[in-house]
Amino acid sequence: MAGRYKSDLKWSDVTPKRDYMNRRQLMAGAGALALGSIAGPAMASLGARKSNYGRGLELNTYEDITSYNNFYEFGTGKDDAKNNAGRLTTDPWSITVDGMVDKPGKYDLDDLTSGISLEERIYRFRCVEAWSMVVPWVGFELSDLLARVGVQSSAKYVAFETLVRPDEMIGQRRPVLDWPYREGLTLNEAMHPLTIMATGLYDEPIPNQNGAPIRLVVPWKYGFKSIKSIVRITLTDTRPPISWEMANPREYGFFSNVNPNVDHPRWSQATERKIGGGLFSKRVPTLMFNGYESEVAGLYAGMDLTKNF
Amino acid sequence: MTAAQRINIGLSKVPAWPLYILGLIPPAWFLYQGLTGGLGAEPIKALEHKLGEFALQVLIVVLAVTPLRTWTGINLTKFRRALGLLTFFYVFLHLLVWLVLDVQILSQIWADIVKRPYITIGMVGFVLMIPLAVTSNNLSIRKLGPKTWRRLHQLTYVTAVLGAVHFVMVAKGFQFEPLIYLGIVLALVATRLKFPAKRAVA
Repeated sequence: MAGRYKSDLKWSDVTPKRDYMNRRQLMAGAGALALGSIAGPAMASLGARKSNYGRGLELNTYEDITSYNNFYEFGTGKDDAKNNAGRLTTDPWSITVDGMVDKPGKYDLDDLTSGISLEERIYRFRCVEAWSMVVPWVGFELSDLLARVGVQSSAKYVAFETLVRPDEMIGQRRPVLDWPYREGLTLNEAMHPLTIMATGLYDEPIPNQNGAPIRLVVPWKYGFKSIKSIVRITLTDTRPPISWEMANPREYGFFSNVNPNVDHPRWSQATERKIGGGLFSKRVPTLMFNGYESEVAGLYAGMDLTKNF
Repeated sequence: MTAAQRINIGLSKVPAWPLYILGLIPPAWFLYQGLTGGLGAEPIKALEHKLGEFALQVLIVVLAVTPLRTWTGINLTKFRRALGLLTFFYVFLHLLVWLVLDVQILSQIWADIVKRPYITIGMVGFVLMIPLAVTSNNLSIRKLGPKTWRRLHQLTYVTAVLGAVHFVMVAKGFQFEPLIYLGIVLALVATRLKFPAKRAVA
């Protein structure tokens, strides 16, 4: 159900996208600035309900959010996703829902989400690589979708899979990871009101490089948990394998909660760099559970987060 | 006259010193890009990676000089000192970007060097380059004697392998590119290995 989070801040209090016009374009001169405005996607507004979760956070520009992406299905470079994702066909799109659900099946995306109202959620986004953004997602709570398909009481986990289509997702022609990209959550994590399925950002349909047409967003976990371009959702009673843990279990764990006290073996997670600050941007401290500690710490009560990283 | 001889005669008219000036252009260009948005939304890592990769590329050229001379007769030896010193300069800049722009925090820098194997390996590679850079001049060759000097500069092989391993260890997932660099470096180093003569003569 949309709108469970309420505050007194209105969407009109958020600085509009155009005012956040990328400073790099400003530096490149007025010509580039004009071009940037014209070249911006002329998408229809999704008309998402303007909830105000994330008040006080400074949004990243549309340009930053849509040009700096890890989406290895399109290549390992940060700009590969933007450069290569254009060829992905996202309509028609169907999602297979199976496992421990009352109504399994292959659903057309529109059918699966019809009648679910969209809501804006401004979330921090913290990559495991120690950079971060603030993104105004548009989506709905995953629990709404799960309620629709009927989760059976035996289910303990939710597993997700990304599309495999190497002729369009050219990064899948290389064995960077064991495709399809796989992710998973405990059922409690999946049912948490902060966990959303996003279909848009900046009140526009989500661009391909950000995981069109539908992706998961779990704001208290490292970004790779927020799987993109989902085609399969499976309810299960066993912990599903997840791609990065399969690739390197020493470095990536099933939970992957943002935690400044547990380092990645190759770098510290104590600090992060906010994208958009340019060449001299300062690191800032990383927050426990990415700043969502009061909402989600209860999910992990009594758990050793150093072992269950 | 062979093609290689003609090339060598042509090269004999080309001085090596302009390389020291031309070599400044790539890092200056990277920096300019980083300052003006050409390196994307996060220019710090991009600049760091560009410098590191460029250093490895130039180091591969340095390592290729001897096999090229052996196999084709084309002699680029007189450019090698400049290229070697430029490699050191690029690695130094790569390190500087990591220290000053990337990690920023002094206590964390030391912790990273000690705790993170890929950084330890990168640092060792850099430290081993220091005596090579310091002795890349004619006076040092005279003082050390050509034999000792050559032995010392065989550290280049160690440095190159460490640099390539460092790159492989940075990669996330299974990626070909760093492995290709490592393969090239190992192949070039292997050309230096002296295999025992076909038959040991008593």
